[in-house]
Amino acid sequence: MAAVSGLVRRPLRQVGGGTAPQCPRATPAHPSSSLSILLSPCQVSGLLKRRFHRTAPAALQVTVRDAINQGMDEELERDEKVFLLGEEVAQYDGAYKVSRGLWKKYGDKRIIDTPISEMGFAGIAVGAAMAGLRPICEFMTFNFSMQAIDQVINSAAKTYYMSGGLQPVPIVFRGPNGASAGVAAQHSQCFAAWYGHCPGLKVVSPWSSEDAKGLIKSAIRDNNPVVMLENELMYGVPFEFPAEAQSKDFLIPIGKAKIERQGTHITVVSHSRPVGHCLEAATVLSKEGIECEVINLRTIRPMDIETVEASVMKTNHLVTVEGGWPQFGVGAEICARIMEGPAFNFLDAPAVRVTGADVPMPYAKILEDNSVPQVKDIIFAIKKTLNI
Amino acid sequence: MTPSRRPAVKAWRLRGHLKETCGHPDGVSPAFGSCRNPHCLRSMRKMLAAVSRVLSGAAQKPANRVLVASRNFANDATFEIKKCDLHRLEEGPPVTTVLTREDGLKYYRMMQTVRRMELKADQLYKQKIIRGFCHLCDGQEACCVGLEAGINPTDHLITAYRAHGFTFTRGLSVREILAELTGRKGGCAKGKGGSMHMYAKNFYGGNGIVGAQGQIFEAYNMAALWKLPCIFICENNRYGMGTSVERAAASTDYFKRGDFIPGLRVDGMDILCVREATRFAAAYCRSGKGPILMELQTYRYHGHSMSDPGVSYRTREEIQEVRSKSDPIMLLKDRMVNSNLASVEELKEIDVEVRKEIEDAAQFATADPEPPLEELGYHIYSSDPPFEVRGANQWIKFKSVS
Repeated sequence: MAAVSGLVRRPLRQVGGGTAPQCPRATPAHPSSSLSILLSPCQVSGLLKRRFHRTAPAALQVTVRDAINQGMDEELERDEKVFLLGEEVAQYDGAYKVSRGLWKKYGDKRIIDTPISEMGFAGIAVGAAMAGLRPICEFMTFNFSMQAIDQVINSAAKTYYMSGGLQPVPIVFRGPNGASAGVAAQHSQCFAAWYGHCPGLKVVSPWSSEDAKGLIKSAIRDNNPVVMLENELMYGVPFEFPAEAQSKDFLIPIGKAKIERQGTHITVVSHSRPVGHCLEAATVLSKEGIECEVINLRTIRPMDIETVEASVMKTNHLVTVEGGWPQFGVGAEICARIMEGPAFNFLDAPAVRVTGADVPMPYAKILEDNSVPQVKDIIFAIKKTLNI
Repeated sequence: MTPSRRPAVKAWRLRGHLKETCGHPDGVSPAFGSCRNPHCLRSMRKMLAAVSRVLSGAAQKPANRVLVASRNFANDATFEIKKCDLHRLEEGPPVTTVLTREDGLKYYRMMQTVRRMELKADQLYKQKIIRGFCHLCDGQEACCVGLEAGINPTDHLITAYRAHGFTFTRGLSVREILAELTGRKGGCAKGKGGSMHMYAKNFYGGNGIVGAQGQIFEAYNMAALWKLPCIFICENNRYGMGTSVERAAASTDYFKRGDFIPGLRVDGMDILCVREATRFAAAYCRSGKGPILMELQTYRYHGHSMSDPGVSYRTREEIQEVRSKSDPIMLLKDRMVNSNLASVEELKEIDVEVRKEIEDAAQFATADPEPPLEELGYHIYSSDPPFEVRGANQWIKFKSVS
């Protein structure tokens, strides 16, 4: 009995989901079979685990919004120098509800509503960072950051360099980036290429909840200015949250890409929401026997080109996918770097970019749909590259 | 006054004369010849001639027009309006103004059109026929209509995203506006712009990026420095999205914040006040004195946009109070009816006509097709030869023409 209770008390390694670790000596368990000292301990634990899995709660699903909220909450708690400022972040709970509950918990001194003055409050945030605080400066969308871009680049990004290493600027600029739905030209621009262009800045672009939480925490702990490009359409999307992501010290390193799906025929590199489209395309193509390796960049700058190179050297084909405009974009940078490195010689076909259309975002639905990369465009590009 | 209305107006004037001068009760015409007043006899003949002219035209017009023509309406009325608070001004706009019946009916119709158009947009948004951002201006009708009444069509106007009312008062039709909101090719921007990006002659939109408080002070400086004929207007509806003005502004006396630029604080719910203030401000600028500021105190019934319920940062009681005490359309209507500039029935008739116009426009806006995909790349550059635009990948191309 003691042995059994010991087995029962062993913590489950995963909350539902995934596959139970297979014990090589386990015999298939009969659901109604009772414990027997004739089974090996491993078989017993396997049996118990299978029973727990059948009655286990649904896998922990966390939306991207809640993941960012959690990440900020944990960092606000951990370090009292961290604070959040921006429009509607406090009493309104956030324009997109990302900072819900934080003002109630931390109050006026840590969660600050600003007037509608991006240049002004971005400048205040940079000054605060220089003086030793750790601000999170929210732009309601990155389109509004254009009002403040001088503060982001000239005051934040370049300062450590200009001061010869004397003055760090530990600030995070975050907010939704890129296309949304029907918000037209002034509210749909992707700033990955613009911010990714600048030395001194770090630029991250999460896709999943795990990405969002791990990257916001790393960004806040980083002593450099970090731009986090979120996506409004992803805020409400739930993802399975692995156990390690539930830890208060869960960090995703800035500058490291993740291979979301292994493949052999072609490398598909993306960031932010289009990663989901790439995985969809991969699922469709898998039925035709084409196995895509999908890489989620996670960080735009510094870009993890090594992961991309290693993948291209395996698959010999490359397609990049992004929401922003093609000219001088993230995909253009990836292609240029591939040409400069060892992977070039492994390419069996020119690398191909899938991007937003080269137009200001139109409002009408049919035009908007055709101005962003769709799954069909990704599939088409992949097949063209593979000469299928 | 249009020529066709002259006989009818004359008839009304004569009736007014009959009532007031001759003392005939309710302006009822005496048996011909029984009135001793020689003026009256002459007026009677003229009136009969005028009425018969109206009546002869009545065959083409609906019956109620004849009824209206025989009602006793005043041609105009004088109203007292609130005195504006002044900043760096010795004198302000007048505290009384004359409203003609014609103007009154025009303003009433325009405000009611804007009101019903915005409510229709609300409905279409909830039906998901309008998408994206939609910032409605119901409650603020006196601002756009009053402003337009005080300026010329050749003056230039620019505003932020709460722009549907201005788009209408600047001359576009409800059809074009609603079709732009629904993203169809009949929209004023061919469906490319949406709610926040509508343009017309001498109307520069419709702009989505706001705030930029620094920029406005830069603009104040240069306008004053170079004595530019510019009226800076703040539609102060008490809230910037979800933040009340008290929480966002160190000084909520926006009309004073031009500092060296004179300013007026205006009751933005009273269209006559807005009109007079605008006339005053326009005259000020046109005289070469430089820029001037106008703060219009107004209120929006809807939230900031369709995704904001508008009740988390203000109470329903507050909204209801403004609606019942300060609604701009109601204020104008009461004034007109109480001064006999129009009848309740007549205004109701306008309501019916406006509703029909909006309904027709909404029909069009829902049925009109979306812009053709081939035109996705059009209008990137002006006055340029056609070129090719890249789509989502290098094999998808669109043509771009100016």
